[in-house]
Amino acid sequence: MTWAAIIVTAVGCYLLKLAGLSMPERVLDHPMVRRVADLIPVALLSALVAVQAFSSGQSLTIDARLAGVGAGLVALLCRAPFLVVVAVAAVTTALLRLAIG
Amino acid sequence: MPADPTSPGSRASGVRSERRQVLFDSLGVGVATGAYGLSFGAISVASGFSVWQACALSLLVFTGASQFALVGVVTAGGSPLSGAATALMLGTRNTLYGLRLASLLGLRGGERLIGAQLVIDESTAMALKPKERANARLAFFATGLAVFVLWNLATFIGALAGQAVGDPRTYGLDAAVPAAFLALLWPRLSTLRARVTGVLAGGLALTLVPVARPGLPIIAAAGIAFLASLKDDEPTREAG
Repeated sequence: MTWAAIIVTAVGCYLLKLAGLSMPERVLDHPMVRRVADLIPVALLSALVAVQAFSSGQSLTIDARLAGVGAGLVALLCRAPFLVVVAVAAVTTALLRLAIG
Repeated sequence: MPADPTSPGSRASGVRSERRQVLFDSLGVGVATGAYGLSFGAISVASGFSVWQACALSLLVFTGASQFALVGVVTAGGSPLSGAATALMLGTRNTLYGLRLASLLGLRGGERLIGAQLVIDESTAMALKPKERANARLAFFATGLAVFVLWNLATFIGALAGQAVGDPRTYGLDAAVPAAFLALLWPRLSTLRARVTGVLAGGLALTLVPVARPGLPIIAAAGIAFLASLKDDEPTREAG
């Protein structure tokens, strides 16, 4: 099932890329198309951040992950590069778990 | 140096001198982006994907946010299918990149089939940067190939490291996933409309978590993007 999802994602993502290179550019002239395209990643990524930081399975939870994401946010505000942000979040969460057991 | 900036000689030397800069920058972007392939490999394997599945995602899907989304949704208990749906919706932005690149690069036949796989955030940004249009193709392919090679290499190394980690909670890798999404989201929050969309989408997803099957709250949040797009950018009404 996981492999099926990987194949579907791979084929779909490739066709989405190819479609852009093959379609007439005037599709972009529609401001609504541009806005939806800009906002879909914003909506999905925000939802992913929220769900991954505040929930486990179907219950809402607050745990050491939240401190890690908070530390990652501080790193972003300090203009840290991607890998530093991710590492700061992971280390903060790991240390907090070590401290509170 | 020719004094007349419009003479063909000066133009050619402008293209040449910019070319070296383009190659240097492309490699830099490749290294920086490749490095985060390490975190993708480690996180996906620690989340229960096999080393080969992680590598297949980087080779075949080759668009970071979609790959993280598939792994993230499945790890959170969502079905692989809802993971794929989320990944595909995130992949739609590459269609828009392709639209913008099509006339700039003028790719034909086999060139287009290969080039398509390289249409990602980084290669698009770099292709749109050079002042000399002749360097756009170079920037696109150099960046795309540098990221492709290093991203896949890093995924493999990261995946091997993730195997050694075992439980993702060790070393806080479960917090690394939302932090990675946050870092991908951050540069997209430049407008008020984007910020409002982000807050509403996050809020809607959390509201749905207790009642909907895992994975569905994320897909539902995409609806916010459509609603937020309905209003025009600036009021076009004339003042007088």
